[in-house]
Amino acid sequence: MSTPNRPFLVELDRLTFGYGERVILRDVSFGVPRGKVTALMGVSGGGKTTVLRLIGGQIRAQQGQVRFDGQDVTTMDQRALYAARRRMGMLFQFGALFTDISVFDNVAFPLREHTDLPEDMVRDIVLMKLDAVGLRGARDLKPSEISGGMSRRVALARAIALDPDLIMYDEPFAGLDPISLGTAARLIRRLNDSLGITSVIVSHDITETFEIADHVVVLANGAVAAQGTPAELRASTDPLIHQFVHALSDGPVPFHYPAPSVAQDFDRRPS
Amino acid sequence: MKALNWLAALGASTREVLADWGYGARLFVKLLSMTGAALRRFGLVRDQVHFLGNYSLAIITVSGLFVGFVLGLQGYYTLQRYGSAEALGLLVALSLVRELGPVVAALLFAGRAGASLTAEIGLMRAGEQLTALEMMAVDPVQRILAPRFVGGVIALPLLTAVFSAVGILGGYAVGVLLIGVDAGSFWSQMQSGVDVWKDVGNGMIKSVVFGIAVTFIALLQGYVAQPTPEGVASATTRSVVVSSLSVLGLDFILTTMMFSI
Amino acid sequence: MQRSKNDVWVGLFVLLGALAVLFLALKSANLLQMSFSKDYEVTAKFDNIGGLKTGAAVKSAGVVVGRVKRIAFDGESFQAQVTLALQAEHEFPKDSSLSILTSGLLGEQYVGIMAGADEKNLAAGDRIGSTQSAVVLENLISQFLYSKAADPGKTESSKP
Repeated sequence: MSTPNRPFLVELDRLTFGYGERVILRDVSFGVPRGKVTALMGVSGGGKTTVLRLIGGQIRAQQGQVRFDGQDVTTMDQRALYAARRRMGMLFQFGALFTDISVFDNVAFPLREHTDLPEDMVRDIVLMKLDAVGLRGARDLKPSEISGGMSRRVALARAIALDPDLIMYDEPFAGLDPISLGTAARLIRRLNDSLGITSVIVSHDITETFEIADHVVVLANGAVAAQGTPAELRASTDPLIHQFVHALSDGPVPFHYPAPSVAQDFDRRPS
Repeated sequence: MKALNWLAALGASTREVLADWGYGARLFVKLLSMTGAALRRFGLVRDQVHFLGNYSLAIITVSGLFVGFVLGLQGYYTLQRYGSAEALGLLVALSLVRELGPVVAALLFAGRAGASLTAEIGLMRAGEQLTALEMMAVDPVQRILAPRFVGGVIALPLLTAVFSAVGILGGYAVGVLLIGVDAGSFWSQMQSGVDVWKDVGNGMIKSVVFGIAVTFIALLQGYVAQPTPEGVASATTRSVVVSSLSVLGLDFILTTMMFSI
Repeated sequence: MQRSKNDVWVGLFVLLGALAVLFLALKSANLLQMSFSKDYEVTAKFDNIGGLKTGAAVKSAGVVVGRVKRIAFDGESFQAQVTLALQAEHEFPKDSSLSILTSGLLGEQYVGIMAGADEKNLAAGDRIGSTQSAVVLENLISQFLYSKAADPGKTESSKP
């Protein structure tokens, strides 16, 4: 599975991507270390979800390469891309479960589509995956009958159904209550370690993410602002990183949207 | 200067429209090429025929019955002025089999099944289910769209046949049972006047063409819908409007080719 | 399915295909009048054109050589003025005659042109003098009945 001379499972090499005139990522290069939990952080619209889409081959970069286990995703044809995607799992922000089938069938879906395993084996695997996320008892419920946090866990079970090498989490902590938050974070860490997979998390939540991440990449203004372990980033003196990590409202990222001066807007004295 | 801007905007929107048509055409060809694979997973197709066909039976049957009633009434009213009331069976049958059956059934199908298809696919798009499928290395065109396409193309001709048959019975009920037209001439005139290949066959060809058009348009609108509530809503209405107009336009073209002077 | 740069061209191709199908459909139903040969126009006056319509054929020896372009009413002579568009490759002598005939027994009416003997041919804008009006069925029947009533014994042929 992992070759000793390839420490990174995913590598972004001088990547440039934008929509028309708007450039989202400019000459971005970094690597996702194998077997570790990497967090992608940054301000909204900074390109974090775009990076996930680029890794999965959903969008193609204008310049540069995105390498998954040494192969460039940007030049793959559909067959090669689908083969690569079978080694990836993706967890969408709201789960993206198939609403017309049960929890069990949702998790069984990738197994039934990509393998010829007999139904009793499929059943065993599905129940094991559901057990890993603590929802083995919810197997017959429909997605409309479970809470948001639970449907994200089911989506996680579905994402690990084929034992992928890489799992990408798009805002896994958004909108969860404190208990679910803690559960989700611990699940991600435990799965990463017990299954020996590589995880990439896109998140805004400093507290939970820093707790479980081995490596953090901060994106700002279309480039990598900082990389390192959570401890390194916490100790950073860079003003942008400092503002970000300590959640300060003002700093290099301004609080005020560009506006005329206060005197101009509020001064009512006759001129 | 303003005229130039207006011209540039016109050119840009023409380009957009052509690009949309081109994308739609490519998707259509892709769906056609996947028909074989979809048929091999017949369970999916069978489920879709059930959702699209069985669930439309109620509206199709009731509408067919009422259309048959009206044809019987109007037909008798006009024919008896020329002393040709015995040709009522022929009139009802030909009107239904050649035109009203295929067209009205297709319009009803567009409103009931087409709208539900667009809404379903649009909501799958909005809920990122289609993207999730792609990320799981499953082609949504093959897994979701193709079975629904084949299901719709199978369902509509069957519904059309039911519509025409029920309509003829409705015309019989009004003409023979209520008004008193001779039952024997009702059926015998129909038998001698309706040609299986030219009338029934052409009507069936029409319904297959309409099935392809309505189902494809419904799937396309759902697939390219904006992933927002407004996007899905406008895609659904657009699907019904565009497929209804297409049915009427195609009917004109097909009729000129099949029943020319 | 991804968007492609070629989508605009495919769309154009689809548009052309749709127009072609529409054209074929209209042509096959004879709803579209289009001729690519040059026509020259001549006029003629008729007492009664019967059921003649614009677009009706002009035939000579049963072959279509032109079309009826326009029908108007001449308020001075109280006759119908018909403009014919004859195909350029068919030339007729100046003293040709026209008559309004019916295809079949009760079919649609057309103009029959019978060639004369003049050396000079019809040119654009000429007027054909010799015309024969359409046969009106009611007049025919009333003439027949009238002649029958007048001479019950003899069989007299009525005027055509």
